[in-house]
Amino acid sequence: MTDKSASFVYVTFIRTTPEKVFDAITRPEISRHYWGHENVSDDWQPGSEWQNIKANETRTVELVGKVIESAPPKRLVISWANESQKYDPDQYSRVTYDIEQQGDMVKLTVLHDELQPGSGMLKGISEGWPLVLSSMKSFLETGQGLDL
Amino acid sequence: MDDDKVFKALADPNRRQLLDRLCERNGQTLGQLCEAMDMKRQSVTQHLGLLEQANVISTQRRGREKLHFINPVPLYEVYERWIRKFEEGRLALLHDLKQELERNEK
Repeated sequence: MTDKSASFVYVTFIRTTPEKVFDAITRPEISRHYWGHENVSDDWQPGSEWQNIKANETRTVELVGKVIESAPPKRLVISWANESQKYDPDQYSRVTYDIEQQGDMVKLTVLHDELQPGSGMLKGISEGWPLVLSSMKSFLETGQGLDL
Repeated sequence: MDDDKVFKALADPNRRQLLDRLCERNGQTLGQLCEAMDMKRQSVTQHLGLLEQANVISTQRRGREKLHFINPVPLYEVYERWIRKFEEGRLALLHDLKQELERNEK
C-alpha cells in the first residue's frame, strides 16, 4: 500500500469574518488576488470537482480534486492532486479548511494530509502554503496580497 | 501583529531545537519530543506552550494522542516583513562582492 502518512498543519489568525475567509477560498475572483490562481468549482458541493487555475492568459489548470465535505462558512474538505497526475489515485492528498471565529479574529487551520512522504507535492506545498496563507491574511486585512 | 511573540518564541535555543525536531518530523507527541530533547517533561511542555501561543506550532488531536506540528506561516510573515525587504538587491550585491573577492584571493 502506498505510504500516505505525511501531513502538515498551517494556522493563521486573520482580522476578518468566517464568511470572508470561506469566500476567499472558494471564489475565483477573490483567490486570484492573493493566490495568483483561481479556485473554481460549479457549486462547491460534495462530489463536485474543483480546479486551481493560473490567473493569467495561459489559464493552466494546476491542481484538481473533488469536494468531500462542505459546511460554509466553517469547513471545507477537498481532495487535491497535480493536474498532470490526476489519473493516479495514489497522488491524491486531502485538504481540510477549518474556519473558526475567535474574538475579533478568525482562526484558519489548513490540514493537508494523506501526503506521500518525500513526494514532489509534499515539497511543493510546504513551500506554497505559508506564502498563500500569509498573502490571504494580508489581502483580507489590507486589501493587498503579497507578490507570489 | 504578533511579531513580538514570534521573536520571543525564537529567542531560546531549546525552543529553536524543538522547531528543528518538528521540521525533521512533523506531527510528534509530547513523549516523542521529550525523548529527542534532554529535558524534563515539564520544561518541554512549557516551551511548547510558548511556541503555540506564538502560533509557530499547532496541535491536533488524533484519538488519544496530541500531535505537534510546526506552523511556518508566522515565520514567513516575519521573513516578509523583516528580512525580505532589506535583503533584496543590496544583500545580493554584497554576496556577489564577497564571492568575487574570495575567488581573487585563491
